[in-house]
Amino acid sequence: MVRLLINGEERQLDVAPETPLLWVIRDELGLTGTKFGCGIAMCGACTVHMDGFPIRSCSTAVADAEGSEITTIEAVNGKAAQAVQAAWEKLDVVQCGYCQSGQVMSAIALLSENQKPTDEDIDAAMSGNVCRCATYVRIRAAIHEAAEMMET
Amino acid sequence: MLAGLKDSAVSLTADAAPTAAPSRRQFLKASAAAGAGLVIGVTLLPGGGKIARAAAPAAAAPVDPNAFVRIAPDNTVTVAIKHIEFGQGTYTGLSTLVAEELDADWSQMRAEHAPADATLYNNLHWGPVQGTGGSSSIANSYMQMRQAGAGARAMLVMAAAEAWGVSPEEITVAKGVVSHAGSGQSATFGELAERAAAMEPPGEVTLKDPADFTLIGKHAPRLDSRAKSRGEAIYTMDKTLPGMLTAVIARPPIFGATLKSFDDTAARAVPGVTDVVAVPRGVAVVANGFWAASQGRDALTIEWDESTGETRGSAEIMAEYKRLADQPGTVARNDGAVEEAFASAARVLEAEYEFPFLSHAPMEPLDCLVDLKADSCDVWTGSQIPTVDHGAAVAISGLKPEQVRVHTLLAGGSFGRRATANADMVSEGVSVAKAIGGRAPVKVVWTREDDIQGGSYRPMYFHRLRAGLDENGNIVAWHHRIVGQSIVRDTPFAAALIQNGIDKTSVEGANTLPYAIPNLAVDLHTTDVKVPVLWWRAVGSTHTAYSTEAFIDEIAEAVGRDPVEYRLEMLAEHPRHAAVLKLAAEKAGWGEPAPAGRARGIAVHESFNSYVAEVAEVTVGDDGEIKVDKVVCAVDCGVAVNPDQIKAQMEGGIGYGLSAILREAVTLDGGRVEQSNFHDYTPLRINDMPEIEVHIVPSAEAPTGVGEPGTPPIGPAVANAVYSATGQRIRQLPMSLHGLTGA
Repeated sequence: MVRLLINGEERQLDVAPETPLLWVIRDELGLTGTKFGCGIAMCGACTVHMDGFPIRSCSTAVADAEGSEITTIEAVNGKAAQAVQAAWEKLDVVQCGYCQSGQVMSAIALLSENQKPTDEDIDAAMSGNVCRCATYVRIRAAIHEAAEMMET
Repeated sequence: MLAGLKDSAVSLTADAAPTAAPSRRQFLKASAAAGAGLVIGVTLLPGGGKIARAAAPAAAAPVDPNAFVRIAPDNTVTVAIKHIEFGQGTYTGLSTLVAEELDADWSQMRAEHAPADATLYNNLHWGPVQGTGGSSSIANSYMQMRQAGAGARAMLVMAAAEAWGVSPEEITVAKGVVSHAGSGQSATFGELAERAAAMEPPGEVTLKDPADFTLIGKHAPRLDSRAKSRGEAIYTMDKTLPGMLTAVIARPPIFGATLKSFDDTAARAVPGVTDVVAVPRGVAVVANGFWAASQGRDALTIEWDESTGETRGSAEIMAEYKRLADQPGTVARNDGAVEEAFASAARVLEAEYEFPFLSHAPMEPLDCLVDLKADSCDVWTGSQIPTVDHGAAVAISGLKPEQVRVHTLLAGGSFGRRATANADMVSEGVSVAKAIGGRAPVKVVWTREDDIQGGSYRPMYFHRLRAGLDENGNIVAWHHRIVGQSIVRDTPFAAALIQNGIDKTSVEGANTLPYAIPNLAVDLHTTDVKVPVLWWRAVGSTHTAYSTEAFIDEIAEAVGRDPVEYRLEMLAEHPRHAAVLKLAAEKAGWGEPAPAGRARGIAVHESFNSYVAEVAEVTVGDDGEIKVDKVVCAVDCGVAVNPDQIKAQMEGGIGYGLSAILREAVTLDGGRVEQSNFHDYTPLRINDMPEIEVHIVPSAEAPTGVGEPGTPPIGPAVANAVYSATGQRIRQLPMSLHGLTGA
């Protein structure tokens, strides 16, 4: 039995402790905003927040998430989240959209820590998130846009 | 994808569709579901099944807007999108065309995928086949969707005229409101929906003068941005049904091998595993959830019969291709007297190019959900060719066509991968569902390893080019030999796309070389390799643009000419190529010094009737690290339906092509794929992405596609820039093979 604090709720789950957090989130809890892309922490589609920090849920055992607060795209909120999602829409960042939950979660984590990121900061924070549609030009622009929104 | 279908299968429709007279004969049938508001539909081409060589031209086909537009009492307008939305923007683009003629307000527009129906929802460029590819969605739908919108508008106007007792001619429509100035009456679409549904559809509609467009050519935000930015969009990976099981399949370790025997004792012992079944493509492990299925697969012991498999490595295959290149191939084009011209040439240049297998690697791994019952089969997947997928589901399930429904869901990318002639995702899904007796809905999920190692690659190719020059440096002879696998041989697409032994997808871009060269030949060796291959974003142009545009650059340099001027002199008969080339050069500051440390390269290429030129600015570090700093792109795709989405597709197409040429390759060793996931099949990341500037040529020509044409020029543009920076000609891809790496 694993006890998970996710999106503000405590959940008791009958899963093996080494089960990847991603599959608990998706298959046990039915939260499908967090995506499966590679399974080896190389693409970032599965990014969620653990105590506010972006982690790759595909390579995090659910037992290692016990005692931490997990937030998925379904429940992420606050100033940075609002700004990032508004900027994503304003600039029409998405194409196929499959990686974008992870992109958004990484961008929110970045802006929560650093409200005026440089291009280098963005590269460092976002290079773990792959987008095969290559929407990177707009991801960069949207993060700058969100940073400006957060100032006002 | 499906390159050239438009040229060969249905050339008449390709040309006729965008320019069809709006007043042509139409057979409109209104079919109103009670209480559901207005449903407008048209029957298109009859029949189904295989792609016809000579399909009825779109201009003669009756158009049925009822199939495409649904106006609800809540004032939403939902467009049935016949082409899958996998990032390229069909939801938004096709809805824009409807909304324009309907005079809807953009905020009331919604989009959903049309069901599989080769009669109602066929690609007008392909005949009676529903499918997405060849960058044809906007091109083939441009008139059809506008007519659907205009038809719906006419019925709303008739409904208002009847309700208000006024003449339809006095009624105006703007931004989703129907008005009659004389009486002061007005109503929303939603208020008129039910009455409009009872109206006799108009036999003819009049389309707008482009000068009156309020949405086409303007900014219409994507209809899917909000859901996709919030994790709310539902892909096949996310679709669930009560009691659903998940399956992963163990497939052969080399292509062409078959299952000999397996021991599933350990797999069945994994908690959550419910079934282990042999299916045509391997052994499926079925479980309550992905993780258990995956663990179960890892626990399988399987013996494969590799005697029928492909056991060669990439190096052996390429060596054979080079040997083949010494022999004449099947002629794809032969202008003038090529060998005589070479014999009298003052100088001959030659270059060889090698291209690897490439994986599409869409972000959403392949997947398919099937609910099979005794008398029905429902399939949910990112279906790129629903007609093929439906046919496969019918064949495997043994049910009647009308008992099988294919539901297209949003797909997390494709780049050609989901457009398979063998319906691999759906075939596997239905096979597994059948193997468990339809006991529960089952979703087959591919892992990333399954995807990278699963074949359906852009084929390997070898190119040898020769150019004969006269004393003035003009090209008087050109010979281009291509060696590689056929994408469409042994598929239902062969009849349409292979002519006189030439698979058009192998030579497109080479046999359509636009330069004025009096003696020009292209020939092809089609090879036998047991690696499944498939169209990959821009298909033949992924390699032909590289070899031709890098070679032209090499020739220009050899004869001391500016590569832009040199090309322009040979493009007098191709003004659209010339115009994008000039525009890109001008915007990039060609002829002026590049910023300090940077070098420039340029390339121009037409694919799918869209013309794109790109100038790349690169920096190459002492350690061989290539940084593509900036790309200036000029595109001519006819009428620009949605300029911002055209820019988005150029940005994405450039990034996708750049990823491939810098360091993507699938290689075989003893028939086994050496890469397995994103650690060794390494995609472009944000720190590799250049700044991109896109310029759209204003045009009144019929609109053409943008999903693929941005990709081909980036490779040669970067290669030419790398030469300018380093003096090194890269003739073997990816560039990482030469000690050059992405940032």
